[in-house]
Amino acid sequence: MTERERRPASPGGPLLLMRGIQKEFPGVRALDGVSLSVGHGRIHALMGENGAGKSTLMKVLSGVHPAGSYTGEILVDGRPCAFSGVADSERAGIAIIHQELALIPQLSVSENIFLGHERSRFGIVDWGSTHARARELLRRVGLDENPATPVSALSVGARQLVEIAKALAKRVRLLILDEPTSALNEAESARLLELLLDLREQGVTCILISHKLGEVMRVCDEVTILRDGRTIETLEVERDADGTPSVDEDRVIRGMVGRALDQRHPGRSGEIGPVRFEVRDWTVDHPTQLGRRVVDGASLTVRAGEVVGMAGLMGAGRTEFAMSLFGRSYGRHVRGSVLKDGRELDTGDVAAAVRGGIAYVPEDRKTLGLLLDGDIRHNTTMAALGRVSRHGVLDPGLEAVEAARMSERMRVRSHGTTQIVRTLSGGNQQKVVLGKWMFTEPDLLILDEPTRGIDVGAKYEIYLIVRRLAAAGACVLLISSELPEILGMCDRIYTMCEGRITGEVPRAEADQETLMRLMTRTGGHP
Amino acid sequence: MKESTASSRLSRLGAALMRDNVRQYGMVIALVAIVVLFQILTGGLLLTPLNVTNLIMQNSYILILAIGMMLVIITGHIDLSVGSVVAFTGAVSAVMLTSWGLPTLAVVPLALLLGALIGAWQGFWVAYVRVPSFIVTLAGMLVFRGATLAVLGGESIAPLPEALRSLSSGFLPGQGEGLHLPTLLLGAAGAAAIVWIRWRARSRSLGYGLPVPSAGATAATSAVVVAAVLAFTYVLARYNGLPVVGVLLVVLIAGYSFLMRSTTMGRRVYAVGGSEQAAALSGIRTRRTAFWVFVNMGVLSALAGLVFTARLNAATPGAGTMFELDAIAAAFIGGASAFGGVGTVVGAVIGALVMGVLNNGMSLIGLGVDWQQLIKGLVLLLAVAFDIYNKRRATSGRPVRPARARRRGGGEAGGGRDGAGSVPGPARAAPS
Repeated sequence: MTERERRPASPGGPLLLMRGIQKEFPGVRALDGVSLSVGHGRIHALMGENGAGKSTLMKVLSGVHPAGSYTGEILVDGRPCAFSGVADSERAGIAIIHQELALIPQLSVSENIFLGHERSRFGIVDWGSTHARARELLRRVGLDENPATPVSALSVGARQLVEIAKALAKRVRLLILDEPTSALNEAESARLLELLLDLREQGVTCILISHKLGEVMRVCDEVTILRDGRTIETLEVERDADGTPSVDEDRVIRGMVGRALDQRHPGRSGEIGPVRFEVRDWTVDHPTQLGRRVVDGASLTVRAGEVVGMAGLMGAGRTEFAMSLFGRSYGRHVRGSVLKDGRELDTGDVAAAVRGGIAYVPEDRKTLGLLLDGDIRHNTTMAALGRVSRHGVLDPGLEAVEAARMSERMRVRSHGTTQIVRTLSGGNQQKVVLGKWMFTEPDLLILDEPTRGIDVGAKYEIYLIVRRLAAAGACVLLISSELPEILGMCDRIYTMCEGRITGEVPRAEADQETLMRLMTRTGGHP
Repeated sequence: MKESTASSRLSRLGAALMRDNVRQYGMVIALVAIVVLFQILTGGLLLTPLNVTNLIMQNSYILILAIGMMLVIITGHIDLSVGSVVAFTGAVSAVMLTSWGLPTLAVVPLALLLGALIGAWQGFWVAYVRVPSFIVTLAGMLVFRGATLAVLGGESIAPLPEALRSLSSGFLPGQGEGLHLPTLLLGAAGAAAIVWIRWRARSRSLGYGLPVPSAGATAATSAVVVAAVLAFTYVLARYNGLPVVGVLLVVLIAGYSFLMRSTTMGRRVYAVGGSEQAAALSGIRTRRTAFWVFVNMGVLSALAGLVFTARLNAATPGAGTMFELDAIAAAFIGGASAFGGVGTVVGAVIGALVMGVLNNGMSLIGLGVDWQQLIKGLVLLLAVAFDIYNKRRATSGRPVRPARARRRGGGEAGGGRDGAGSVPGPARAAPS
């Protein structure tokens, strides 16, 4: 049962070596010759922007993308490995803990820990040994809970610890944590980081993916920076007597963003007018976790004809902000005020928000934006049926004409407005959603990751539409995780981190490094 | 669009129409095939004026239920209680007519109001408390069956006043000998109305500069429809003429088709069923919509209860048993999607007629109930399988429906972005 029962084939070599990993998805090379070397008993941070390829790399390592679907080699303890599935990589002592936890809420802590490899004889579960072993594992991760407690009764932080206990139960040697603290509060995060240090003492090696630069630099021994599917560099991190790391955050940020802005954004035109929309002290609580503030006192303004950016990393609270603003579609205890042209605006429900001239193009267009089995016409008019009806009776001819006109304006490529939107490409689906909201003739258009997963050509067209809308005097709030997009499109940029607005930067003074610094400015680390 | 010629645009539109309506047309063809088959097997008995009249009367209450059920299923729900509600409203109506001595004219609106209240009760649990409709209406099935037994004391109430009976067995007034003239006139008026509506729609589309079928094509399809209507009314006119319940059905079918196709209300029902979250984020009051769809189902169940009780000339404890299954089967055969958001009123009617003709035809040729059930079950299965096969082909090999819950680590494709969306939708809790 010792954690080191497998002796390394090449003592002194790294525990994990990945070389020349290439992985392609249709039309995109997600990984382009990535190398990664992780030493025994170290905490290795993997850093990079959204889309840099971190998660893909970890999926290659854990067998989610099986051997054969990528090229390159993986050596564990110097031995080449070809994992055909997650079960394979687990046998080699590699466990991955995803951002979305994979526990079954209805089952107890111990049942979850031993899920899939129950402690049993002849198929009959040995509950005594199960609970005893579970208790021992919980002690190791520092969680003081009865193993018979159902997971649904635990906080997110405690669940994270159960996940780690589950990994330890499989005698993990290499633990991969993907954004482990994104859903945790500060105390919980600190506790988790302490645990990682403890586990390191017990000989568990760890790969940590996190956007929160401050906490990464507090615990890691090595950093590898990925950008655009390539390894940029790997840095050794040492700490002096008072814990200051030898690598400063700016260095890492430069590595993460260090590319020139490409000319992929149309130039701006039109004048910026007076303030039209103002949000004051917007505060939102999590819908299920009592007392957890997801948005905390956010205030901002948007001027007529202005494209305002909202930059932040995953979990910063941007989407929650936007959706709660849009008719309280998210969260509980939504408080704060919205002013339009200086007067308070009712945003009590979505219908009121739409009447008030707000439109929200959601991040998850397939489930939140579209009727996938409906045609382009029905999707285009669904938020403004009043425009194509009289006394509640639809005018199908008018609807067809309006939908066709909007489709053309949005440059939707289809064989007619009766095409079912499920059969459209992602970019064209996004244009339909955009058209649906343009059809409401909004004064404030909130775009949430409008170009996620969309090819370059469609992206440019969406940028053009946004530009034209702003030039016509509308306000645009653009939420994006892609800094080049924010810098290319916005006149003014707010940064958000952990539910708070951490900075406001005019376009002229903004660059990727400034923004990244503001976006990672967590509460305790200004 | 602009450079393409009018004819290629037209053929493309035609192709799109065929693609979208293949299911509907498929079912019409299947219905015609079944009719022809039994017409041959029964040696011409199926389409005799008497039997066609019987077909309408026998299936009237299932047709009424199927219309309401189609709306429920489009909204993404199900109603298992309609059979029990039919029995309960029938029983209460019978008590009001006999024990209380109320006139039929008062009982009919009271029964419909009772149906609305029952629908509101179930709609409340489904829409506002968010108990799955399967559970709510399963409970309703038991509750209203029990209530029926309580109201009737386990016995039947019969006979019922003539005025109520005319609802299901009456005919339009007219002379007794030869062809029934009022029926023929109504048929002609109906045919004229259909032609007028079609041409008006065509000229309106022309006014908007939309592509339309050629005048000849419109005339040809109109002629087919007109011929069908006239033939149907002629057959009925050779017997007693159009039954009262037939008039009721025509009004319901036309009214609900209009509601679902041409009003914003109908469009909202489709939107809620298609994606509740997307509908909510478009400013549609999704709960209110679901609530009213159940109220509507309650009213139609009460109407079916009146018609059925009148036809039986009795209120019995076992009335309406299995009606819910017939109505649900009709909706699915008629093109409803089990996931909601898809289906038409006309589809439900065709589905109900397929089942009705099967029942009637198989009885006429003397097949036992055992075989009838077996064959109806297979028809339902094949119809829905055909639908799913079609849809899969239309979306070029993609899965018919993406899995509801996104599994971990499954989302990253294309751009290789990190992980799935950071934020839960309105109804989706945070990562937990």
